Amino acid sequence: MKVAAEYFEPAEELAGPVISDDKRRAWLKLARSFALRGLSVALCLYLWQVACSHGWHFIVQFQNLPTPAEVVRSAAALGDNPQLAGHVFNSVRRIFIGFGLATAFAIPIGLLIGRFRLAEDALIAPLEVLRPIPAVAWIPVAILMFTTPEQSMVFITFIGAFFPILLSTIHGVESLDRRLIFASMTLGAGPLAVFREVILPGSLPSIITGLSIGMGTSWFSLVTAEMISGQFGIGYFTWESYTLQNYPDIILGMLAIGILGMGSSLLVKRIGRIFVPWTQTSLHRE
Amino acid sequence: MTTTGPAQDVTALNGAALHLEKVRICFGSGKHAVAAVDGIDLSVSAGGFVSVLGPSGCGKSTLIGAVAGFMPIASGSLRIAGETVRGPGADRGVVFQQHTLFPWKTVLSNVEFGLKMRGVSRAERRDRARAILDAVGLGDFLRHYPSQLSGGMQQRVSLARVLVNRPRVILMDEPFSALDAQTRFQMQEMLLELWSEFRMTVIFVTHDIDEAIFLSDRVVVISPRPGRVRAEFPVNLERPRTADLLTDPEFMRLKRECLALMRKESGRDAAVKARQVSEAQFAERLPQESGDILGELVG
Repeated sequence: MKVAAEYFEPAEELAGPVISDDKRRAWLKLARSFALRGLSVALCLYLWQVACSHGWHFIVQFQNLPTPAEVVRSAAALGDNPQLAGHVFNSVRRIFIGFGLATAFAIPIGLLIGRFRLAEDALIAPLEVLRPIPAVAWIPVAILMFTTPEQSMVFITFIGAFFPILLSTIHGVESLDRRLIFASMTLGAGPLAVFREVILPGSLPSIITGLSIGMGTSWFSLVTAEMISGQFGIGYFTWESYTLQNYPDIILGMLAIGILGMGSSLLVKRIGRIFVPWTQTSLHRE
Repeated sequence: MTTTGPAQDVTALNGAALHLEKVRICFGSGKHAVAAVDGIDLSVSAGGFVSVLGPSGCGKSTLIGAVAGFMPIASGSLRIAGETVRGPGADRGVVFQQHTLFPWKTVLSNVEFGLKMRGVSRAERRDRARAILDAVGLGDFLRHYPSQLSGGMQQRVSLARVLVNRPRVILMDEPFSALDAQTRFQMQEMLLELWSEFRMTVIFVTHDIDEAIFLSDRVVVISPRPGRVRAEFPVNLERPRTADLLTDPEFMRLKRECLALMRKESGRDAAVKARQVSEAQFAERLPQESGDILGELVG
């Protein structure tokens, strides 16, 4: 009898092996892309330097701003002084707690709202009203609600991260192909197994996108909160530099915020990828 | 096919007889209820292969949903091996048109899913899934994700995912309609091969006349809106069937008969206009895809 497998020649259905020529071309492409990116950063710095040293004054005035060279000097000076590191540590700690709490609340609530009509009806109305309120607008209330500024700042960070994560989770569950749930049930999955085996992994890519966005917004919110009610933290550092007329440090603080925000979003994305291996597959996996 | 693994326990693989009597299935409720399927009588003997043939939107998928246990029936009776269907169960496997493999699971894990749900040990379900994947020619693709496979390969995984549970009835909802002609024919041959091996009862829904005749013992022609059995005829062609059959005079005769029936059914004459009107009304109320209908029930 003919084996069923003989009807097919799998080799025909998949693309051939990777050719080394393709690999070299890929490297060249990558190198070019990096060179171009580096060049654009260098150009920005150069324009900044020129605008400052020539005292550019047309609508935007550059004569009060520190030059890149001054910023570098002030950064070097900070190396001797652990001040900036302390501020960064404080901010990172607040992000860690606030973002962690937001994750812990937003994902389960989002899964419930996405899956159960009852949960949606019970929870969505107040959340929809609160959602458009920017985290900054929460600052006065946060100061009134919490006994220490520390708690209120963590709360602001929490608010900043909570809604993006919540909405992405709900979206992830709701956009799941219902046929997958149907298929799992015909294969004998009960309600709990459907949740664990289908709904959770199915909405994971969307949840991870939400976490990455939430990380960005939580930095955004934290820095604002620190400027208003902080005593430590990178946002406080930036604002304090302004009040002390220590202008190069403003730029330094801004850069630190940018780098920290980008780095932590990237970190979330990278860690997230580990959990969704099926979304970045190519034909040349093995 | 090797007889180790799943094929050994032959008694468990035998199909179950299926009886539908005056089955009526509606969408909506009360005054707005629309019958998608009305007064369907259908009997399939244990281990039989019956194709349900009809144009798109004639309620074929709805019928599959009812037998699978997802669509409640408004009236009539629906029994499998003498027992009334009350909900979905692993004794009935469903193979859908496409894209119902779990994208986040590897081929092996997809096929293991049903066994996992039944609490089969990891080692055993791995062995059984491997054996069945070998049988459908995918033994080398265990660690791939569905998105890395071609459409035909994905459908073979879907079939394996159902077969590994040794269902007594397999319900196939236009499983090959999204495939190119050549792949489709390969799949049809493979399905017959597996069927002769496993001897499960098959209900195969299709709108392709060739496919219906080539595969089945009996073809049931359904008319649309509401779905009713218009005619049914036996296909007494010898098995095993091969490509030669497609040009066999008896095959041609059956096909002509079938075409005539369907043409009469679709109404060439004055009925056309009337039907278009009712179709439009019907479409308003009826979700387009069976998936949507089932989705509403599941979700």
